[in-house]
Amino acid sequence: MKHTLSVIVENHPGVLTRVATLFRRRSYNIDSLTVGRTENPTVSRMTIVVEGDDVLIEQVVKQLHKLVEVIKITDITDDPSVDRELVLVKVRADTQVRAEIMQIVEIFRARIVDIGRNTLIIEATGDENKINAIEDSLRPFGIMELVRTGKVAMVRGGK
Amino acid sequence: MARDGTVEPCPPEQEVRHLKMKAANVLLRCLQEEGVDVIFGYPGGVVLPIYDALHSSDIRHVLVRHEQGAAHAADAYARASGKVGVCLATSGPGATNLVTGIANAYMDSVPLVAFTGQVNTALIGKDAFQEVDITGITLPITKHNYLLRRAEDLVRVVKEAFYIARTNRPGPVLVDLPRNVMETEIEFTGYPSEVHLRGYRVVRSCNMGQVVAAAEAINRAERPVIYAGGGVINSNASELLRALAMKAKIPVTTTLMGIGSFPETHYLSLGMLGMHGTRYANYAVSECDLLIAVGARFDDRVTGKISAFAPHAKVIHIDIDAAEIGKNFAVDIPIVGDVRQVLEELVPRVEEKEHFGEWHRTIDRWKEEFPLAYGEPREPDRIKPQYVIEQIYYVTQGKAIITTEVGQNQMWAAQFYKFSQPRHFITSGGLGTMGFGLPAAIGAKIACPELPVINIAGDGSIQMNIQELGTAMQEKLPVVVCILNNHYLGMVRQWQELFFGRRYSYTDISLQPDFVKLAEAYGAVGMRVKEAHLVEAALREALEVKDRPVFIDFWVEREANVFPMVAPGESLYNMLGGDDLL
Ligand SMILES: Cc1cc2nc3c(=O)[nH]c(=O)nc-3n(C[C@H](O)[C@H](O)[C@H](O)COP(=O)(O)OP(=O)(O)OC[C@H]3O[C@@H](n4cnc5c(N)ncnc54)[C@H](O)[C@@H]3O)c2cc1C
Ligand SMILES: Cc1ncc(C[n+]2csc(CCOP(=O)(O)OP(=O)(O)O)c2C)c(N)n1
Ligand SMILES: [Mg+2]
Repeated sequence: MKHTLSVIVENHPGVLTRVATLFRRRSYNIDSLTVGRTENPTVSRMTIVVEGDDVLIEQVVKQLHKLVEVIKITDITDDPSVDRELVLVKVRADTQVRAEIMQIVEIFRARIVDIGRNTLIIEATGDENKINAIEDSLRPFGIMELVRTGKVAMVRGGK
Repeated sequence: MARDGTVEPCPPEQEVRHLKMKAANVLLRCLQEEGVDVIFGYPGGVVLPIYDALHSSDIRHVLVRHEQGAAHAADAYARASGKVGVCLATSGPGATNLVTGIANAYMDSVPLVAFTGQVNTALIGKDAFQEVDITGITLPITKHNYLLRRAEDLVRVVKEAFYIARTNRPGPVLVDLPRNVMETEIEFTGYPSEVHLRGYRVVRSCNMGQVVAAAEAINRAERPVIYAGGGVINSNASELLRALAMKAKIPVTTTLMGIGSFPETHYLSLGMLGMHGTRYANYAVSECDLLIAVGARFDDRVTGKISAFAPHAKVIHIDIDAAEIGKNFAVDIPIVGDVRQVLEELVPRVEEKEHFGEWHRTIDRWKEEFPLAYGEPREPDRIKPQYVIEQIYYVTQGKAIITTEVGQNQMWAAQFYKFSQPRHFITSGGLGTMGFGLPAAIGAKIACPELPVINIAGDGSIQMNIQELGTAMQEKLPVVVCILNNHYLGMVRQWQELFFGRRYSYTDISLQPDFVKLAEAYGAVGMRVKEAHLVEAALREALEVKDRPVFIDFWVEREANVFPMVAPGESLYNMLGGDDLL
């Protein structure tokens, strides 16, 4: 099962390497990892999606805790939370299919951010399911390039 | 000026103003504040400012002959003294030479602070001469590490490094010091008394509900066994362990790292368990109904086939590192905490048992039936290696500090020397680093000059850091190196004999230096012994030497094996050997 960990770390150079090295060294599989600044300039927040059973996730959390620069870890998998991911897709788009693609873009409330002679770049945000769905819908047209940011998440309410 | 505007007579202004000095000198001031009295190191270009400061410092510097030796000596110094060990190396090759030693300390949870020189900050990342990314290299083998980019951070970083190295589960911390940072003039305004690390909390309590549950389990158990590890020694909790065992009459087995945490001469001692443990320890663990793991980490050399480990037991696990709990083995009553703290709470809650029951009688039967034993040598002019160890034990009355190399020599030392005190057996357990023993003996002798220090060595391993003989000579350290010379990489040969049809592929090392002459070439004492009846006299003579190291080259039976043995992947119940005299 996929778990989403929200990890508050010191905003120091090298922290990302420490976390990545830990995952590599212990053979934990990172599904995605994002890191960015927060409302507090001295810390960063990582959102790590990792695949594994409960025993493995417990180990991941405990091992992460041992890193001196890791301040707080929350497994928000089961918490009501908002999560978002952004994707950019460059899709083959001859004049015959453009209209159809634009319809899909409309349905998913995505945006076209670049128009080439035979291509379109589409930007979409949403939760993982939506991003997967948009990817699937565009695939038949020929995806030339695709990049996903990985997930960021925040627990709802006053927590 | 005081707040009300009056002029205060003292202290005079010069004393208040802090003099600026080079960061290298501030570094040494900080080390003194930490109580560091010895540094094991080796100089080079970028650490020249530090060496210049050392020239006029009270801190003792021991000049090793290879940086790996510095790391091992500092490691053993820490194990023998209970303090933090310190080593120092230059950038590039100096730093990389420390790596094996740092990994060794990491695997065995030893508090060590390693300082390395680094090129000027402006050159970092430019592939400068002798630049190496040592913080990157040591990321997975340090508890934490630092690259000091600003001299202003020096004092805080040193404080944190020592704090992190020694608290909770100890481990090595590396601090990389660029040359220009060490030359920067800074004010020393005092050494901080506290650290502020919001991501690092020292474990100061334990869950009392779990302690109560553990006490109940102990009080109900019929066939309990204590499985004690290196954590007991780190926690200085041997006496409490003994109190627990004696109060509830619980037999105690230790890991290799736990040796000395419980007196092996005690009637409740089962000796070591695991791959080369005693039959009775392994049987006891296999049959017990309650296993009390105290500061031990369920290593695969201990458990054998994990699904068959302690199959009938409820398991209590006391460990300061929460990540160790459930890592290799699912337990019933986990207690995260310092061994000492937990035992202080646990012992009073355990009921006093008056009598020995069926369980003790069973164990006594195993002890009688399967004692650690060995037969007569099968070759002329060769001694039984186990006999040499027994003689070392006899001559030192069990009071020496024993360091070991790695291989058969190490296992025989663990089996046949009876340790009764913690911090007297210093061995490379987790990494199994050949070449550890001699530099370790140097570190231990410096930590405990009043105790005899003996390195039980193999002919292969000793050649891996033999240059440290020079260090021992320079420091006039009377460490005794007992080479159990089988002219083989014996432990590997044993596996080839048992599991690869006696195909001795590249394990014959009979081409070797004359160790007696080699010792003498350094100015040390060299002896050779090939007959059992000369062993004791040689040892006594060696222990009389007070100003230089001694090598004794004991020629031991070439194909002697370490038994009993649990073959890799087997359960502890299925042991090879140790049931007859081999
Ligand atoms: C050739 C060879 C053969 C070997 N054969 C054997 C063998 O037969 N039997 C054997 O036992 N070993 C053997 N070993 C050693 C083995 O590889 C491990 O190093 C050893 O078993 C680990 O010991 P330990 O479990 O006590 O853990 P250590 O490595 O000593 O770890 C200590 C544990 O205690 C915890 N701890 C530390 N401080 C505290 C504290 N203050 N409070 C609470 N907990 C604390 C730590 O978190 C850790 O979990 C062999 C090694 C070699 C090289
Ligand atoms: C640095 C290193 N290289 C290789 C090994 C693998 N190894 C383990 S024991 C051993 C043989 C050791 O030979 P020796 O020192 O003569 O000891 P003996 O087993 O003969 O007592 C070897 C090669 C190791 N543990 N460490
Ligand atoms: Mg040998």
